[in-house]
Amino acid sequence: MSAEAPTLSAPPEPAARGRAHRSGGARRSSHVVSKLTVNLVLLLIAACFVVPLLWVVLAAFDESAGLSVSLPQQWSLGNFEAVLNTDTTYRPMLNGFILCGGATIITLAASVFAAYPLSRYQSRYKRPFMLTILFTTGLPITAIMVPVYGFFVQIDLIDTFVGTILFMATTSLPIAIWLTKNFMDAVPIELEEAAWTDGASPMQALRTIVMPLMWPGMSVVAIYTFIHLWGNFFVPFILLLSNDQLPASVSIFTFFSQYGNVVYGQLAAYSVIYSLPALLLYLVLSRRLGGAFAFGGAVKG
Amino acid sequence: MSTLAVGPGRGGSRRAPGPPGSISRGLLRGLPLAPAVVLLGVFLAWPVVYCVWAAFTDMALTGASGADFVGFENFTRAFTSAEFHRSVFLTVVFTVLSAIIGQNVLGMVLALLMRSGHQVVRAVVSAIVIGAWVLPEVVAGYLWSAYLGDGGSLNVALAAVGLPAQNWLYTAPILAVAIANVWRGTAFSMLVYSAALSEVPKEIEEAATVDGAGTWRRLFSVTLPMVRRSIATNLMLITLQTLSVFGLIWTMTRGGPSGQSATLPVYAYQQAFQFSDLGYGTALALVLLLIGGIFSLIYLRALRLGETMS
Repeated sequence: MSAEAPTLSAPPEPAARGRAHRSGGARRSSHVVSKLTVNLVLLLIAACFVVPLLWVVLAAFDESAGLSVSLPQQWSLGNFEAVLNTDTTYRPMLNGFILCGGATIITLAASVFAAYPLSRYQSRYKRPFMLTILFTTGLPITAIMVPVYGFFVQIDLIDTFVGTILFMATTSLPIAIWLTKNFMDAVPIELEEAAWTDGASPMQALRTIVMPLMWPGMSVVAIYTFIHLWGNFFVPFILLLSNDQLPASVSIFTFFSQYGNVVYGQLAAYSVIYSLPALLLYLVLSRRLGGAFAFGGAVKG
Repeated sequence: MSTLAVGPGRGGSRRAPGPPGSISRGLLRGLPLAPAVVLLGVFLAWPVVYCVWAAFTDMALTGASGADFVGFENFTRAFTSAEFHRSVFLTVVFTVLSAIIGQNVLGMVLALLMRSGHQVVRAVVSAIVIGAWVLPEVVAGYLWSAYLGDGGSLNVALAAVGLPAQNWLYTAPILAVAIANVWRGTAFSMLVYSAALSEVPKEIEEAATVDGAGTWRRLFSVTLPMVRRSIATNLMLITLQTLSVFGLIWTMTRGGPSGQSATLPVYAYQQAFQFSDLGYGTALALVLLLIGGIFSLIYLRALRLGETMS
């Protein structure tokens, strides 16, 4: 907080200077007009973006919500009360946490281990491996769902949490390995060398020296992985069959299609509940990054 | 990309047993890679291989046991089918409209405008745009079904200005899903371009202004050329992402009405799971995989990793 104080007090100065140079004239006023235009255009785009969002927020609090955006005649929590039960909300949310949480833990563990040799050792296989990993990030997972389904039926992993978690972890592995390696490269190797001279094994050094320094980076990878899996619809939609195993991403879909007459307010309330974990985690993520965009570095040419 | 490079002498100071480059030491060092390699091998590489094999069989959903080798029959069927042609066409339309034009251009416009926007406006705009990106795709699908549907906000707004209302999901389904995808995906391009633009030195743009370049001239001759590699990378990434969009389209239209928004992933899903024709569905998936693979290769070349990693 104290670090922000100087910048907060800074703005008045140029403004005062601007007033002193009033005679600066036409050029300055055209500058003001263009600034104003920029801000208006930005707000206009934001308005186009916000209307569909407004619907879900307003309808969630309106028991007689229709399809169009309108202020509730009477604000109420009735929609939330209606959907907050085991079948509609609690179990699908819990399933989602088990699936996405499990997959995130596996992804994280596997990518930390994988990143270690990739970051610390030279090998002629390293470059092809990293290129394959990068190539894999681009493959459309949608395309392999059909063979994965067939494969899962054969090895009896269909409709199981274990199978779904393992597959979800695998789909997020390539980008996670890529990011983790970049974060690990940023930890100076000299620190480990000191530990090695003291007799620590590479794995001990990884655990006691490298990992503590990598927590900020790893939490970024974890949150990013979780948000993506949380929103993933297709994978659990294909691999899970029993209703009581479905995560929120799929159950919201069946919730909508099962009832002929959709209660829009309830659907909106449920959408809000289901979206909250992803939104909250993103807020944590953006605070972690301090406004910068860490993935900019990963995808930048 | 400096993070990709590893200092050349890093392995040198290791007190490792055995001569440098010995096979057993290499294996031992590579051991931590095993969990990742096993997962990727079993659940990603194997399905891809399986996909290649299954595409040449008449495998049905009911039992994988009764699969016979049918050669190129699935592919002949695909390439002579009007539905397949339409789904490839729709995939191209969807990708060009929503990714290459929509997300890319709008993302760049937002990133450029943000630079001179007011601090508060910037915060509000990025929160809203990123919010749309973070929302789960099924929720985004519902929001847009509600927005474009019969009694939806857009029609209410159109009626207010005296224009006829219509169900956009029926009259222009591919346009509807493309616009929804622009809404959902623009944040990614915006973030990539904001990061890229923040690294363009202010002095160079100022120098161009002093030399008399107008806003547009400065944009097209100075600013955009300096971020061209980010543009190439972003285009590849969003193209790949958009190629495999399924959940958004499925929740909004289910590929309908009568196949008018059935892009390749949707069409493959319908053939494999709704019509139980796993063999044909896999052949379609293989086509999608090949398209993705080709784009991935171009993407790797665009990154020019060969130079930065050696």
